[in-house]
Amino acid sequence: MKPSVERLYNGIIKENPTFILLLGMCPTLAVSTRAMNGIGMGLSTTAVLILSNLVISLLRKVIPDEVRLPSYIVIVASLVTVTELLIKGYLPSVYEALGIYIPLIVVNCIILGRAEAYANKNTPWLSVMDGIGMGLGFTIALTLAGLVRELLGNGTVFELRVLPESVEPMGIFVQPPGAFLVIALFIAIMNAIGIKTRQKQLVEGGLCDGNCAACHASCESLKGGEEK
Amino acid sequence: MKTLIMIMLAGALINNVVLNQFLGICSFLGVSSRIKASASLGGAVIFVMTIASAVASLLYDLLLKPYGLDYMKTIVFILVIAALVQIVEMFLKKTSPAIYKALGIYLPLITTNCAVLGVALTNVQNEYNFIQSVVAGFGTAVGYTIAIVLLASIRTRIREADLPRPLRGAPIVLIAAALMSIAFMGFSHIAF
Repeated sequence: MKPSVERLYNGIIKENPTFILLLGMCPTLAVSTRAMNGIGMGLSTTAVLILSNLVISLLRKVIPDEVRLPSYIVIVASLVTVTELLIKGYLPSVYEALGIYIPLIVVNCIILGRAEAYANKNTPWLSVMDGIGMGLGFTIALTLAGLVRELLGNGTVFELRVLPESVEPMGIFVQPPGAFLVIALFIAIMNAIGIKTRQKQLVEGGLCDGNCAACHASCESLKGGEEK
Repeated sequence: MKTLIMIMLAGALINNVVLNQFLGICSFLGVSSRIKASASLGGAVIFVMTIASAVASLLYDLLLKPYGLDYMKTIVFILVIAALVQIVEMFLKKTSPAIYKALGIYLPLITTNCAVLGVALTNVQNEYNFIQSVVAGFGTAVGYTIAIVLLASIRTRIREADLPRPLRGAPIVLIAAALMSIAFMGFSHIAF
């Protein structure tokens, strides 16, 4: 497999950021009330991720190692602000639906995680492909979760009615508890069919004591730096 | 006064930052395996979030808004929070080693906790003034602490339970969080 294609496969399937690495849980839980929101949030994050990977990869020899995290945060925050203004201008309905979660892309673990684990030691082209793969993996996961929640909680798929009117939708699934339940079931199904996820680090603290920026990096380096 | 109490209650219970707004999930799931650790993290979050709300509100009202730099708020807030955590850590280390010992290792973890940035941005969005922002920050952090300590106590019980294999690990923790979230929905009709 060509390295660039391998990056896409890695991001979407092998190391899917949401379902396998369990990163970026906050937006996953928060905006998956509708499949459409999942796509909007996923693609906004993808845009930021591709650009931040590109910029950080281009600057990887310029940024001194000691101040790399603050530099990454500034780069990501600027890109997020640009994206936020673009969405506000061109897609006001998406802006309305996602609200505060758009600026919060800054603290999405996936973005700093990829910067730290991949973009700062690889070429710009591969980093962009990595961004596309990871971003699409995130988008697909968010949309899937959104589909399930929208179908069960509202009886619709992409705002089109699927369940007949006589079936009362279970409103709880579009409310906060439904988010936890649906993601819990997704992970349980993956456990049942034997797909390995990174949940041990997630729920038992360990290396990943809730510190998103350092979290992914340390987990990656534990796995033996396979990406070098 | 009534609005302040309302803001406080809304932050702590009605719009619980973790169970209702899904901010700070990372640490909520990661540090809730022991009650003591989660209570310390809660203390650190209360400390940082209150100060961060105050500083962010001052910066926004005195610097960003008068000069029309509104769109810079995300960048400014995240940098201020990161710097603030460092300063608080150094300050505590020098002045009160006892508090530092209790909260110490949790302070750096808070920098990337999305709840802190989330509160600063929500305060601006709701157009809170300085005092309201501080109260909102404090209330939200108290809500975070309540949620994480409760989850930690539930998890000490789960540990002894005999669970079906696929549910072990993250799924059961998330299901516990879902049930807590249902319980917290009961607060949503409180109004004065």
